Amino acid sequence: MGRSFHIEINTKWCKNCGICLAFCPQKVFTWDEKQRIVISYPEKCTGCLLCEYRCPDLAIEVRKVEEEESHE
Amino acid sequence: MSWKDYIKQNMFPLFTCSGCTHGTVTNAFVRVADELKLDKDKTVIVCAIGCAGRIPTFLDFPVLRVTHGRALAFATGIKLSRPDVKVIALMGDGDALAIGGNHFIHAARRNIDITAIVSRNEIYGMTGGQYAPTTPPGARATTAPYGMLEPAFDTCKVAEGAGATYVARSDAYHVQHLQRTLKAALQHKGFAVVEVLTSCPTQFGRRNNLADPAKMLERIKEMTVTKAQAEKMTPEELAGKFVIGEFVNTSRPELTDIYAQAFAGMGV
Repeated sequence: MGRSFHIEINTKWCKNCGICLAFCPQKVFTWDEKQRIVISYPEKCTGCLLCEYRCPDLAIEVRKVEEEESHE
Repeated sequence: MSWKDYIKQNMFPLFTCSGCTHGTVTNAFVRVADELKLDKDKTVIVCAIGCAGRIPTFLDFPVLRVTHGRALAFATGIKLSRPDVKVIALMGDGDALAIGGNHFIHAARRNIDITAIVSRNEIYGMTGGQYAPTTPPGARATTAPYGMLEPAFDTCKVAEGAGATYVARSDAYHVQHLQRTLKAALQHKGFAVVEVLTSCPTQFGRRNNLADPAKMLERIKEMTVTKAQAEKMTPEELAGKFVIGEFVNTSRPELTDIYAQAFAGMGV
């Protein structure tokens, strides 16, 4: 089963505040060694959009992956 | 159209500090603007000074940026000269309640059709962390090194007492509630006030052991209660808590309508 949500962080806008990481119900995000946000477990994403709505820098976009796309 | 059409993408990233949830209010605002399909040619945003006052310059609307605290004074002028235009004032707490406190109560008294969104971060961020009329008692600020000694304003009660016809409170943690509240306020005819609890990790957080943006947002989560929860709580339990929800949603004659009626047929 392919992942059904695609998460994208606009790294030019993101300030690595960690709000998405702290409040994601599925713990999709983690820190890397330079204290930057990385999307480590995108397959856990349920598409609740809370990270996208809470992001103070409007840097996160979550979109549903269409069926055909996930089979590629 | 998408929410991205309501921001000036070439100006991004936002100038705000990492974790400043004034950005979350902006996030909710542009999504609601997109949902309501606000006509950019028929909407004016008025803002003044401060962090919350500077953010609207990143929005792709006709934006008027004015002197400190005077957003509502200029907004009143715009609305009276062009009643067909939607006027929105985006302000910070110090801007709206201290420097512009006079304009705030009189805009509410007049019930002029303006949507006022007040971001309450409980501090003066841009000017260097001085205490605001919303700083909670005991909290430290550059001008309150021993902790804030004065009580804080309840924005919603001030607005209600002064006569605003839509008054609600939301916060940067409960983002879906925030979007619903902003939507209702923007659709209201008359003076609508929405207070949004936000966090300032740099100026408030660093002085109050809350420099981590997530911890600051956690604090907002903990200090907010819904109206239903508040009804079951004692006054002691409610101390220091903020009730979120709609407090006033009524209608009474709106200022530009009163003027239009008073001067109808006089060729003014």
